[in-house]
Amino acid sequence: MSTESHHESGAGISGDGPVQADNEANRRARRILFGCATITVLTTLAIFFVLIDNAASYFFGAKLTEMLMGASPEQTVTFTEFFTGTRWAPDHATPAHGAIPIIFGTLAITVGAAFVSIPIGTATAIYLSEYAPDSVRSKLKPTLEILAGIPTIVYGYFAIAFINPVLVAPIASALFGINMGRYSLLSGMLVVGIMTIPMVSSISEDAMSAVPDELRNGAYALGATKFNVSTRIVLPASISGVFASYILAVSRAIGETMAVTLAAGFTANLTANPFGEIMTMTAYMVKMARGTTAVGTVEYQSLFAVGLLLFVMTLTMNLLNDWFKRRFQEEYR
Amino acid sequence: MSTDTDTDLFSDVDLSWEHLKNRLFLGVIFAASMFGVVMLALLLFDVATDFYVGLTEYNISLVDFFTRDGSRREELSGFRGAIVASIMLMVLVTILSFFVGVGTAIYLEEYAPDNRITRLIEANLANLAGVPSIVYGLLGLAAFVNGIGMGPILLAGAIALALLVMPIIIVSAQEAIRSVPDGVRNGSYATGATKWQTVRRVVLPAAIPGIMTGTILALARAIGETAPLIMVGAIFINRMPYGPFDRFSAMPTTIYNWANEPSQHFIHLAAVGIVVLLAFLFVMNGVAMYIRHKYETEV
Amino acid sequence: MSTKDADQSLITTDVQTGSRDRTDRTHETVVKARNLDVYYGDEQAISGVSMDIPEHEVTAIIGPSGCGKSTFLRSINRMNDQIDVCRVEGDLSFHGKNVYDEDVDPVALRRKVGQVFQKPNPFPKSIYDNVAYGLRIQGKADEVDLDDAVERALRGAALWDEVKDKLDSSGLDLSGGQQQRLCIARAIAPDPEVILMDEPTSALDPVAASKIEDLIDELVEEYTVIIVTHNMQQAARISDQTAVFLTGGELVEFDETATIFEDPDDDRVEDYITGKFG
Ligand SMILES: Nc1ncnc2c1ncn2[C@@H]1O[C@H](COP(=O)(O)OP(=O)(O)O)[C@@H](O)[C@H]1O
Ligand SMILES: [Mg+2]
Repeated sequence: MSTESHHESGAGISGDGPVQADNEANRRARRILFGCATITVLTTLAIFFVLIDNAASYFFGAKLTEMLMGASPEQTVTFTEFFTGTRWAPDHATPAHGAIPIIFGTLAITVGAAFVSIPIGTATAIYLSEYAPDSVRSKLKPTLEILAGIPTIVYGYFAIAFINPVLVAPIASALFGINMGRYSLLSGMLVVGIMTIPMVSSISEDAMSAVPDELRNGAYALGATKFNVSTRIVLPASISGVFASYILAVSRAIGETMAVTLAAGFTANLTANPFGEIMTMTAYMVKMARGTTAVGTVEYQSLFAVGLLLFVMTLTMNLLNDWFKRRFQEEYR
Repeated sequence: MSTDTDTDLFSDVDLSWEHLKNRLFLGVIFAASMFGVVMLALLLFDVATDFYVGLTEYNISLVDFFTRDGSRREELSGFRGAIVASIMLMVLVTILSFFVGVGTAIYLEEYAPDNRITRLIEANLANLAGVPSIVYGLLGLAAFVNGIGMGPILLAGAIALALLVMPIIIVSAQEAIRSVPDGVRNGSYATGATKWQTVRRVVLPAAIPGIMTGTILALARAIGETAPLIMVGAIFINRMPYGPFDRFSAMPTTIYNWANEPSQHFIHLAAVGIVVLLAFLFVMNGVAMYIRHKYETEV
Repeated sequence: MSTKDADQSLITTDVQTGSRDRTDRTHETVVKARNLDVYYGDEQAISGVSMDIPEHEVTAIIGPSGCGKSTFLRSINRMNDQIDVCRVEGDLSFHGKNVYDEDVDPVALRRKVGQVFQKPNPFPKSIYDNVAYGLRIQGKADEVDLDDAVERALRGAALWDEVKDKLDSSGLDLSGGQQQRLCIARAIAPDPEVILMDEPTSALDPVAASKIEDLIDELVEEYTVIIVTHNMQQAARISDQTAVFLTGGELVEFDETATIFEDPDDDRVEDYITGKFG
């Protein structure tokens, strides 16, 4: 290259040179990509809006948007009835709007499932992180991942075709003389518990593996057994990460739909009988959607009131999970 | 030195109880670890036997199963319409979520400044991943089926599923983009490439196997989703859809329908349907693993 | 020579060291630093560096690790822009134009000032596509015969004979030394004016390193080469000018390579050259 040719254009490094088009393309790309990124935010806003807008017409007889246009609100369903009433039948000829039975159904399933997934998931995590030889670990982990990847509808099938008739019903009739129907609270608890085991085990194990080996070695040097180290050192050190996994499992159980619907049924009984049929909030939503629910009816609007409550419950859990996760990260990174 | 002295040396501490506790604990947690495995085995065994019984005792013909659409009559019921609907859903979900999802990931990894808006988008993403799938169904129902009057068509279901899997695609694409070494980016910038040129010509080609793997796994999640489709009205439809504007019932909703029937014949149809659904998942996961493996051995 | 650059200082070099033995020539300054300070957050990595780097010569920058050699190099082609906490003060001009001026586009600057990195960083693409990359993104692919330009760059990087039969295979399949020459080919293909090299041989075995050294000797016929190295013998062998940075990001001495290695002014330089520290 001759010296001259370089110099004819001076330094030639300003933005109005031949790079102008490339820079313009870059700015355009940036704008489009930012547009993409806003879609997830819009999704959240849309969810909020849709739930609140329609729930408003359930409680106040007019949508939020209609109220803004001037429609006057009149309380159709009172919050007192919704949150304290014990009969849930918005679609009945003599409707009742007490959500307690379905809230109870959801909580019962969640608590029951937690009794399955938390101990088993935690034990599995300790085994994987502290005890399992590599040969077992390398097989157990992917197996549990399969458990996590099976669609919930398949778990629902497992409940209605196996857990309930083959495991639960014989116990009910043999031990308690109860002649059980197709659905039971217990099988709902079991199946949701089983499907949330992998969430507890894998996230807890990650937390336990993040505990530095120096801590373990310190305890071993004092003559601790593996049991001591696992329960006194590793578990306490990873406890916020472990709690995060519990909350995630609980959140998942609250929102779980197909498995509970097929396992625990569609009858809004306020009962703790493990062999009885109940209805969760999600099961109610499926039941309504299965029927031909006309837009604008109270039944249709009730879907969104229940959906809003469900959303708020899981959102609370997710924020709590976030808080625990952040605490864990502060402790160990 | 004799063994007696050895025992004497440590005889003041009795560790047998400590060791017994340790062994008991191991026994308990091992049994607990096996619980999940046993349940998985039971589930697969149950589906497999019901599938077999369905073919033998209920005379479900696989040929009919794949060539007939749904029917109110059990002996005439098939899965063709459901399979076609699910495949069409997958195609639409891919179109709707892939580009936007990857675009978001590129923005967050390569362009986003470290400010409030970016942190809001990231936090929102984590939150969206925890929203129950049925809520996406409510969104689809209120916004698309009734809001803009689409009706319970395949496209409405696809939109709900696309929004549902978007966070998964974004997060996995972010990971793939992050795994491209900075040295390669710097090589491109030092050649006088703009950010977009660097992204399009260097970063994306290097990240694409990871992005594909993540997307396929996200689609595997979408193909098994039932609740959002039920909420947008994808149920009790027996006809095969011919396009995105037809009403439909996909594989999981059809399985749900059958599983809910009191008739044992329908229950076994559901089992056959589940085998087909699991076969789809198996193939999709296999392809994802293949891409991941091939990519890993290359780099 | 255009009058635009009249304000640029002219310096004369006369080097008789090592393999470099150029006749007296007057070389114009291409990169000029005046009181350059570079900070990472609150930490200062370069302090008050002033330096005139002449065209068509090899300028070596030596100094102990962490003294700011890479930072200085990156401030020439504004690769420092990629680092969020990095801040530059003072003047750094390219052909008399301060590269930190508002109207300067780092993208345009980097099309004139190429860089070769310490660790070879070929793109996960074919050898051909690696070399053609710069021409393609700079929109020069249509103006030139691409095959021809790729061949010339690979010949220029002394890699052509080794890869001419496998231009379609991945750049990652080459050995470390070949990868680094591929990166040099990639840098020279779009025909920049200046090539920055940041310890280009430190990740290579001695044979591969000496090939790159020979190559640098040829490159300087067409390009200005600024090379960071912490191998003093290498600096002595290949450079015309040597700048010595010491801890704190200070430029202690900048002179003809022969002077630096045989008769430095500064005692600290002498200590460093003779291996008392660093
Ligand atoms: N990206 C960075 N962020 C913060 N500090 C940096 C960064 N890069 C370099 N530094 C600091 O700047 C100083 C000079 O570094 P560098 O230019 O890499 O030195 P050299 O190349 O001479 O070894 C060092 O103290 C180093 O820690
Ligand atoms: Mg360096």
